[in-house]
Amino acid sequence: MSTMSKSSSLRPARVILYLLLALFCIYYLLPLYVMVVNSLKPLAEITSGGMMALPKQWTLAPWESAWSSAQVGVEATGLRPYFLNSIIMVVPAVALSTLVGALNGYVLTKWTFRGATVLFGLLLFGCFIPFQMVLIPMARMLGLMGLAGTVPGLIFVHFVYGIGFSTLYFRNYYAAFPTELVRAAQIDGAGFFRIFWRILLPSSGPIAVVCIIWQFTNIWNDFLFGASFSDFDSQPMTVALNNLVQSSTGVKEYNVHFAGAIMAALPTLLVYIVAGRYFVRGLMAGSVKG
Amino acid sequence: MGFLDIKQATKSYGSLRVLHETDVSIEEGEFLVLVGPSGCGKSTLLNMIAGLEGISSGEIAIKGKSMNGVKPADRNIAMVFQSYALYPNMTVAGNISFGMEMHGIAKPEREKRISQVADLLQISHLLDRKPGQLSGGQRQRVAMGRALVREPDVFLFDEPLSNLDAKLRVDMRTEIKKLHQKLGTTIVYVTHDQIEALTLSTRIAVMFGGYVQQLGTPKEIYDNPANMFVAGFMGSPSMNLFPAKVVSADGKPAAEVTLADGKTAAIPFASDTLSSSIGRDIILGIRPEAITDRDGADRNSRAVHIVDAPVEVTEPAGSDTFVVSQIGGKDVTGRFRADVAVKAGDVFPFAFNMEKAVAFDPKTENRIA
Repeated sequence: MSTMSKSSSLRPARVILYLLLALFCIYYLLPLYVMVVNSLKPLAEITSGGMMALPKQWTLAPWESAWSSAQVGVEATGLRPYFLNSIIMVVPAVALSTLVGALNGYVLTKWTFRGATVLFGLLLFGCFIPFQMVLIPMARMLGLMGLAGTVPGLIFVHFVYGIGFSTLYFRNYYAAFPTELVRAAQIDGAGFFRIFWRILLPSSGPIAVVCIIWQFTNIWNDFLFGASFSDFDSQPMTVALNNLVQSSTGVKEYNVHFAGAIMAALPTLLVYIVAGRYFVRGLMAGSVKG
Repeated sequence: MGFLDIKQATKSYGSLRVLHETDVSIEEGEFLVLVGPSGCGKSTLLNMIAGLEGISSGEIAIKGKSMNGVKPADRNIAMVFQSYALYPNMTVAGNISFGMEMHGIAKPEREKRISQVADLLQISHLLDRKPGQLSGGQRQRVAMGRALVREPDVFLFDEPLSNLDAKLRVDMRTEIKKLHQKLGTTIVYVTHDQIEALTLSTRIAVMFGGYVQQLGTPKEIYDNPANMFVAGFMGSPSMNLFPAKVVSADGKPAAEVTLADGKTAAIPFASDTLSSSIGRDIILGIRPEAITDRDGADRNSRAVHIVDAPVEVTEPAGSDTFVVSQIGGKDVTGRFRADVAVKAGDVFPFAFNMEKAVAFDPKTENRIA
C-alpha cells in the first residue's frame, strides 16, 4: 500500500528522469546511427546532403567493398586480410598476457619472496610508461629478435605491454583469495603449477573476463604500435582502416569508410556484449579487497 | 622416541623469535592439544609440523624419520583448517578425492574410500554439491573427510571449530572425540579454547609467548598448573589468584589473607611444604569449585577451612551460583550450590578446600607449592 502511493507521488519526477535519460541515450547513440545508415546507402545519397536521413535505397555494396575490394594502401584487397591480421595478433597476445598476468599474480600473493613488492611496483610502473617512449627501444629489440614488421612481433609487443595491467588485476584478485586453500592443496600433494591450474585458475572467472576485455579492447584498438612495427602484409585493422580512409585516389567513398569503421569496431563491441556484465562484477571483486 | 618428535625446535622471522626451543614427544594414538592465546606460537608450531613453515633450528621427526626439509605432501599428514579451505570449484567428492588423485591412487580405489569416509561422516548425500551450497557444520565434516581419506600418520587440526556457532561447536567436539576413539589416530590439535583442550585431549601443551609453559594430561594441567599463566588460562571461570602471606598457625603453615572488611584470616595449608617459607609473600591459587558454601564442600577433603567473608556480588548460573568476594584486593569467585541463600552485602562462611590450593612466587610466577 505505502509503496504504491509513494511511487505514484513520484511519477512526474520519474517521467522527467526517464525523458532525460532517453535524451542522453539518443545523444550517445547518434554517431552510431550516422555510421550505420550511411554505410547502407549509395554514395550519391550522402554527397547530396542526406547524411542524417535513412537510406532511400538500402544496399550492402559498401560493406562488400570495404571487406573485399576497396583500395587499402597500394592494393585493392579490402579490409579482410588486415582483419585476419588483427585476429591472429589479438588472440595470442590476449591469451599470453592474461595467463602470464595470472601466474604473476599467483606468485606475488601466494609465493611471496624478498623483493616481491618492489617487483610488483615496477610492473605497475610499466603500466604507466607512455607508449611513445618505448617505440625506439622496442623497434631495436624486434630487429634484434628478427621479428620486425611481422605479426609475431606485434604479438610480442602487446604481450609485454599487457603484462603490467594483467598482473595488477590478478594480484589484487588473488590477494583476497584464501591462502589456506593453497596450503591445503600443498598438503594434498599438489605442486606449484597444479595448484595454479586446478585451484586458482578455475576460481578466477570474473577477473579473467575483466582482463580479457581490457586487453582485447586495448590491443585491437591500438594504432601506434600497429603503425610503427608492422609492414604492409602485417598491418592490423586499425592501420588498414586509416589507409582505407586516407587513400587519395578517386572520390572519397564515405559509405565504404563508414562500413569499414564499423567492421573495425565490431569485435570489441561483441566482446563487451558477451562478457560485459562480468566486467563490472569482476572489477568490484578485484578492487574491494585489493 | 615417540611417534612424532619435536626436538629443540625453534622458529624465527628475522631477529624475531616466535617459537623458543620446544620439546614435545607424542605417542601413537595420542590426542595432543596445543592451547594458548593468540600469538603464543601454537599455530606456528602446527604449521612447522605440517611443513608449511620452515624450521629455524632443531628437528621434527615422524616415525623416527626427520621431516626437516620434507615437503608437506611427503610427510603423510593431513590438516583441517580453521576456514575448512575447501576448494570452491570442486564438488564435495572432488574435494575429498583431490589428495588421493595427487598421490596417484587409482580411480576405483578413490571411489571406494570416498564412499567409506562419506558413510563414516554421514555426508554421502552431499557428495555432488559444491562447498558454497553447504552449511558450516557440513563444510566442517567435508574438511575432516578430506583429511581422513588420506589415512595419514598424523592429523593436524588448526582451530577447526572456531567458525561454528556455540551449539554446533559442542556437537562437533563430541564427534571429533568419538572419531578419535574409534580410529585411534594420532592428532595434534590447535585451539585457543581451553574447554576444547580439556575435553578432547589426552595431553595438553599450554603455550604462551613462544614457550611451552606446561605439558601434561588435562588433569595435571588443571590440578597442578606449573605457573600463574597456566593457572589463570585453564579452567572457566579461571582459577582465583590473590596475594597472601605464609604465616605460622599452631606450628603449621597457613595463608594469611586480607578480606574486604579489613580483617585478616589465616587459612592453614593442607601440607607442610611451605613450613620453611614463613613470612614469605605468595600468590595463592584456588579454583572456584574449591571455594564453596559449607555444605557444598568436598566431604573427602581433610583440609576444608571456613572463612567468614563479605559477599560482593552473586551470579546465579542455573546449576550453580557464583559468589564473589574481595580477598587481598582481588575478586575471588566461589562456586556455591544454586539453592544457598546468599546475597550481596552478607558476611557469609566460605569453605576453602585447601587440598586444592596451590601457591606461586609473586615475582617469577612459578609454582612453589
